[in-house]
Amino acid sequence: MNLKANSYKLRQDILDIVYHAKGGHIGGDMSVIDTLNVLYNKQMNITPENFHDPDHDRFILSKGHAVEALYAVLCQKGFFPREDLKTVSQYLSKYIGHPNNKVNGIEMNSGSLGHGLSVAIGMALAGKMDKRDYRVYVVMGDGELAEGSVWEGAMAGGHYKLDNLCAVIDRNRLQISGTTEYVMNQESQEERWATFGWHVISIDGNDVDALDRAFDEAKATKGKPTLIVANTTKGCGVSFMENKAAWHHKVPTPEEYEQGMAELKAKEAAANE
Amino acid sequence: MNKIANKQVICEVLMEKAKEDRDVVVLCSDSRGSASLTPFADTYPDQFVEVGIAEQSLVSISAGLAKCGKKAYAASPACFLSTRSMEQAKVDCAYSHTNVKLIGISGGVSYGALGMTHHSATDIADMASIPGMRVYLPSDRFQTRKLMEALYQDDQTAYIRVGRNAVPDVYSEDNCPFEMDKATVIGEGTDVAIIACGEMVEAAVAASKELNEQGISAGVLDMYCVKPLDEQAVIRAAEKAKAVIVIEEHTRIGGLGSMVCQVVAANAPRKVTCMGLPDAPVITGNSREVFDYYHLNKDGIIAAAKELLK
Repeated sequence: MNLKANSYKLRQDILDIVYHAKGGHIGGDMSVIDTLNVLYNKQMNITPENFHDPDHDRFILSKGHAVEALYAVLCQKGFFPREDLKTVSQYLSKYIGHPNNKVNGIEMNSGSLGHGLSVAIGMALAGKMDKRDYRVYVVMGDGELAEGSVWEGAMAGGHYKLDNLCAVIDRNRLQISGTTEYVMNQESQEERWATFGWHVISIDGNDVDALDRAFDEAKATKGKPTLIVANTTKGCGVSFMENKAAWHHKVPTPEEYEQGMAELKAKEAAANE
Repeated sequence: MNKIANKQVICEVLMEKAKEDRDVVVLCSDSRGSASLTPFADTYPDQFVEVGIAEQSLVSISAGLAKCGKKAYAASPACFLSTRSMEQAKVDCAYSHTNVKLIGISGGVSYGALGMTHHSATDIADMASIPGMRVYLPSDRFQTRKLMEALYQDDQTAYIRVGRNAVPDVYSEDNCPFEMDKATVIGEGTDVAIIACGEMVEAAVAASKELNEQGISAGVLDMYCVKPLDEQAVIRAAEKAKAVIVIEEHTRIGGLGSMVCQVVAANAPRKVTCMGLPDAPVITGNSREVFDYYHLNKDGIIAAAKELLK
């Protein structure tokens, strides 16, 4: 699979979902989609067929508000039919605005920030106890890192040397109220996690090749969990959304939808050349 | 007087299960000693997880373990477990359907003089209000064993509250009737039905004996299953009696009394007196002194019954 082109294809699905649902968190969807694309289409051992097998890799979207990105990837992977995407956020739909495990392919419900890392630690501990080879992945937002529970998990992950665990921070540097540095200073995440006993990799998180290499490095790292700081652009791929805090959860107008779709189609075509 | 605390029985049952079942995992938040779980940690170190003083990750980690097939038992003081990690109980246990049993130790006013931080006077209300969370307050060591055996058989989350100290036996080795999620009818009364849970059951039994001796027919329901509340048992008891008393080691707001009132009001309207802790920090004292101060004892129940029947 051409992962780079696929990221732009998935972004079109995200735009479609948010536009038709008239809601969603499109900025964070667009920043995190490359991570999900590489995980689901290259790195993780997870398919609709092996989803109930105890050895499949585990994934938790701790920044649950980016669920539209997860829906796009899971749908493409065959976890549910395409027409289901039209029901996102609609009356009585199971496809709500945050992950929930009524949806095939989703294990843990999230939405409240700061839970996913510790849940992932429990999954990784279970894997160690049972001597299973599966890996556990969790994706957090950078705004989420202000939650104290994240650091309880960071401590436990380092303490238990969980090298079957890989956490990703979608470091897009924007949250609802403005820049992350304005809201609550974050620097340096690399140093903070390293002092908690994690192997830290900092990359361009909208570069699928860099992500792929980082996940390989995480797999090869023994004796400690890995934290990938995926430096991303909020709204990545759509010119007028990029780096705009307002696009945290703005819904595109028909004109914006058309323009965004045209840009993403052009980028997909260029990546396919 | 019995010297075995309910929490010790929990440890015994978990050790028996862990011996045969490698999926039984116990988690503590620097609470193994206070939970009487040190023998478990020493005997089954590979099935024990210490998370440090971190109740939020205690519950989330438990949920992650459970999602991967473990039967997770998270033990921590009830005061912290029911509030500090309430959202983890809601999202990671109940909402995500994980087999996590939350063991709230030293519940109610067990920590007596340590103050409001260490009292769990709202845990029934907190936990019972979460959709999908069950709430159990066993009354003695025999019932605690039966309850833990039953909970081991299912794969749903639950909150179990036990006290710190050994409590007088309500039942005996050979006589501890138990049906999961059904109140234990200790006696039926035509004047007053006393509905109690946890450590208050013993006081209810003592009061009913004395009331019956005085010619007032009093029955007792041991409602260890606060949620799911055994509504049919409440209705039957209320229909037989002229009035109802509910007593709990908990604030009167949102606990067993509130739940019983809803059922009685809708199905068998009777006067109900709810006995519990005040909507305020409780006085300083050991748990017995606290109970006595707020009349959460045999004499308090007898007085309440006579007042109700006036």
